[in-house]
Amino acid sequence: MRTILLRSSLLISTVAVLVFPAISLAQITSVQQQEWLNSPAAVSHVGNITGNAKAGAADYRRYCVGCHGELGDGNGEVAPWLDPKPRDFTLGVFKCRSTPTGTLPTDEDLFNTIARGLVTSNMPQWNTFTKQERADLVAWIKHFSPRWQKEKAGVPIQIPPEPEVTAERIKAGQDVFNRVQCWKCHGVTGQANGPSASTLTDDLNRPILPYNFHEETRFKCGTSDQDLYKIFMTGLDGTPMPSWSDNIKPDEAWDLVFYLRSLQPMPSKEKELAKQLGLKPVNPNAGQ
Amino acid sequence: MKNEHTPKFAAALSALVLVGIGAVILNQKVSAAGEGKITGTVKLSGTAPHMRGIDMSKDPYCVKQHDNNPAKMENVVAGSNGGLANVVLYISEGLTANEANAVPSQEPQFDQKGCMYVPHVLAMDVNQKFKVTSSDQTTHNIHPLPNPTGGNIGWNKSQPPGAPPIETSWANQEVAIQVKCNIHPWMHGYFVVVKGPYGTSDDNGSYTIDNVPAGSYTVTAWQEDLGTQTAKVTVAAGKPATADFTFKAK
Repeated sequence: MRTILLRSSLLISTVAVLVFPAISLAQITSVQQQEWLNSPAAVSHVGNITGNAKAGAADYRRYCVGCHGELGDGNGEVAPWLDPKPRDFTLGVFKCRSTPTGTLPTDEDLFNTIARGLVTSNMPQWNTFTKQERADLVAWIKHFSPRWQKEKAGVPIQIPPEPEVTAERIKAGQDVFNRVQCWKCHGVTGQANGPSASTLTDDLNRPILPYNFHEETRFKCGTSDQDLYKIFMTGLDGTPMPSWSDNIKPDEAWDLVFYLRSLQPMPSKEKELAKQLGLKPVNPNAGQ
Repeated sequence: MKNEHTPKFAAALSALVLVGIGAVILNQKVSAAGEGKITGTVKLSGTAPHMRGIDMSKDPYCVKQHDNNPAKMENVVAGSNGGLANVVLYISEGLTANEANAVPSQEPQFDQKGCMYVPHVLAMDVNQKFKVTSSDQTTHNIHPLPNPTGGNIGWNKSQPPGAPPIETSWANQEVAIQVKCNIHPWMHGYFVVVKGPYGTSDDNGSYTIDNVPAGSYTVTAWQEDLGTQTAKVTVAAGKPATADFTFKAK
């Protein structure tokens, strides 16, 4: 009798151990999400790599869930202690895109963000993943928001070839900086101390700081001149940073890239040329 | 054989013509009914809440625009006669699918003027084109924040001095989409996106919903702080019907 009891309780616990994770995995997704996960749409395409959502689930649960949460809503166990807060994937709104404001990023945009991490936040670089694993994670992340089930990613903006840096272009870039009034948030010297800097809030009404060009060498959305171009021409959705593509022409955008480079701390051709020019910040209220 | 059929054919033809004429006349009646409207007044009962002044000192340009007319918050704008402005009135029940889906051709305008939104609340139809303009010599960013699960997609665009208008529309009904300017944190307004004819109350609280076909409807009145109210209204062909609303001050 005792052995039977022992055996049956062993059996029950074995079944429980086997079934429980299956149940909890099922719980994290709604019926609609499940359907999508089982559809051929639950993939990502990065170059010639195809990511599979279900294959990304295990890595997500192991590495991402602590901050981004089981539901992908950014309410992971450690989220209360983080600032800025982890991304809420259910909204389908992303900062780093090659696509216009209001559109979904491309799979490649998300793929790059995972590897790059986000400076000045708690999102580390995840370049320890293989490319396949990252592509799988991209596919998994996409299942959290219904947007991916209804919309296609935006069309990446066209970036013309980078021209030669010249002193004239840096000066012209400063004129763009003053004309469109980047200083309202980023400050006249680019030190994140503009008149509107202290009251900025993100889309969820949480305080957020503008980028400080004097302190950082990297940007949230990359390190290259092309990345910098993309940041202000597409805007960082979910933040106060708008898209400037309606008001800055592609050629002017390159001028602005060069001027912004001259504000950064690392030695560069732009910094050298700006120094030779004796470029000084312009007081925007001098004329008023 | 042939001759026997001719009178029948003639009769059938004339009957068809008669039906056709009848249809044209009836059709005219239908379009006459399209000129019906709903009018009324929206009032505020109780003491109007104090609208505090706005400190625009972050931006000297904005301060200058209000040298002679100090800027105030616009959450509840009540006139001296108790009329309540910026209330959007729309038909929430009773329209046929065709009537609800008709899109007006005029383009309403949402201007940034004196670092305020003019109008503070802009009503529009689903898929109706509207314009966002800036009359200001200072940079604004225009940042509508629709409900992320409501089907409308938010965006965030800049408008420096002299920027061309932004022309766009919303694909889904949404009452209401908050609009803000991150650069000037006091700036907030609303896009109210509805299906079918709508109206907005003026400074006296009066409103008109034009182009309402004859029928029985539920009219909903929306105010950003005071919520919504509804009324049943019957519009007779070509005649104005009336519906008045009173919101209680909080």
